[in-house]
Amino acid sequence: MSRNRRRKLQFFRVVVFLVMGAFFLVPIGAMFEFSTRGTGLNSARTLSAWITIGQTPELVAAILVSLGLAAITSVAMLMLLVPTMIWVRLRVPNLTRPVEFLCLLPLTIPAIVLVAGLAPEYKWVSFYLSDSILTLAFAYLVLVLPYTYRALYAGLSAIDVKTLAEAARGLGAGWATVMWRIIVPNMSGAILNAALLSVAVVLGEFTIANLLNYVNLQVEIAQLGRANAGVSIAVAVASLLFVFVLLALLSFVGGPRSQRMRGAQ
Amino acid sequence: MDWLGTIPFFGYVALFLLLPTLIVVIGAFFGPDGLTLSNLAGLNKSFIVSAFFNSLLLSAVSALIGAVGGAILAYAVATGNRNGAFRRLVLSACGVLAQFGGVTLAFAFIAAIGPVGFVYVWLQQHGVDFYAGGIWLYQLKGLMLVYAYFQIPLMVLVFLPALDGIRPQWREATESLGGRTWHYWRYVAGPLLAPAFIGALLLLFANAFSAYATAAALINQGSIIASLQIANDLTSEVGLHQPGIASAEALVMVVLVAVVMVVYTVLQRRTARWLR
Repeated sequence: MSRNRRRKLQFFRVVVFLVMGAFFLVPIGAMFEFSTRGTGLNSARTLSAWITIGQTPELVAAILVSLGLAAITSVAMLMLLVPTMIWVRLRVPNLTRPVEFLCLLPLTIPAIVLVAGLAPEYKWVSFYLSDSILTLAFAYLVLVLPYTYRALYAGLSAIDVKTLAEAARGLGAGWATVMWRIIVPNMSGAILNAALLSVAVVLGEFTIANLLNYVNLQVEIAQLGRANAGVSIAVAVASLLFVFVLLALLSFVGGPRSQRMRGAQ
Repeated sequence: MDWLGTIPFFGYVALFLLLPTLIVVIGAFFGPDGLTLSNLAGLNKSFIVSAFFNSLLLSAVSALIGAVGGAILAYAVATGNRNGAFRRLVLSACGVLAQFGGVTLAFAFIAAIGPVGFVYVWLQQHGVDFYAGGIWLYQLKGLMLVYAYFQIPLMVLVFLPALDGIRPQWREATESLGGRTWHYWRYVAGPLLAPAFIGALLLLFANAFSAYATAAALINQGSIIASLQIANDLTSEVGLHQPGIASAEALVMVVLVAVVMVVYTVLQRRTARWLR
């Protein structure tokens, strides 16, 4: 590449990164700024909004509930997907396409449409099973399927599942041993990836919880935002940082390049 | 008999994904007196039609903004060091930001350019008042800007692999045949990237069309887009008397999104052929 062209390219890149960087960092910085405002026009910065987080019982409850939902959804997702994907890969490869199609289907069915159909189901669930908010995990598991399927699929593709399984079976291992002691440890990075992705999605979920009248973290932030903007923005920043740290871990754990993700708005 | 092992998975998905969708599809055709087309006919009200029109407009505009902005950013990333830490950082950030939406995003923009946001206040103190004609942040125009925040990163994530697939040999070949930069883009790289670009554009469109949480957090008055209208009809008095109307609206939405996604998938396969 000629010197002139390279210089123009570098100039272009610097400008693009500066402009985009500003566009994406300003709103986040604004959230920090807003949550540390003191009362009155020129008063000093204060962390009082952040401290109030711990003193607002509804907020603390919502945080705990969302964390609980995230944990339950991740574990349930792993328990459902990992054995299924290993089994399909080893014993019923013809079903790979249907499984993949179903896992990617939630990307095509908007959450707002899904909740229109879930509402009658959840009336049944809350009447016959439990009306605890933790039942949302049933719906959330479906929501995280596209992202976690891709992560787990990448992990499975990176190892030679067939040979490992044949070797283990040849030495007399049962299927449970093959899955739990042979294959799972070899895809631990992908499993961690999938779990972190689920946590991120569940923590950010608003639509289904809101329209089924449950109060999770995002719903509480929205409700609180009307009354006390500073505190709810502080929580929003905190949850954003938490998710960012989780997803930053992703790029260093789990080997294969992190998957493309679709927005969850 | 091995397929029995997949029953837990298929059973679960049938119960919590296929069944709700079926409930929506069938519910669109059910009224208080049984099977009817009146729900679909009831969609003909002006506020519902305008909600869908606004959704189409919002999705198209934000998809275009996201596609163009994201393509430029993706190009800036693709022309850098492929194994560098900076590229990984930018891609991680895109991964986070593409997911970042809903309530948190709305609050971030309110904190930045809302009526008491520091950007607005600072500019106001220096004589610039961009809300002189009304607070557009809480209207359709505001949504277009806010949606760009997750559309651009999503575009980067989806389009970057196509840009990575461009081989330097193509540029060299163009130059050895006497072509300049413009010829390269117009006759070589452009046509090759077009399916990927249009496919990504469609994905962004579907993404914006399906979005609910961001709009719900920003817009307090009225249901100006389709997803807000569905939510309204799910929880309102009118919805109770006409249970099928929300399902009818949801049916229209899911059909539209499904069509867009099918075209997207077809374009993806075509892209993969060239840019492996």
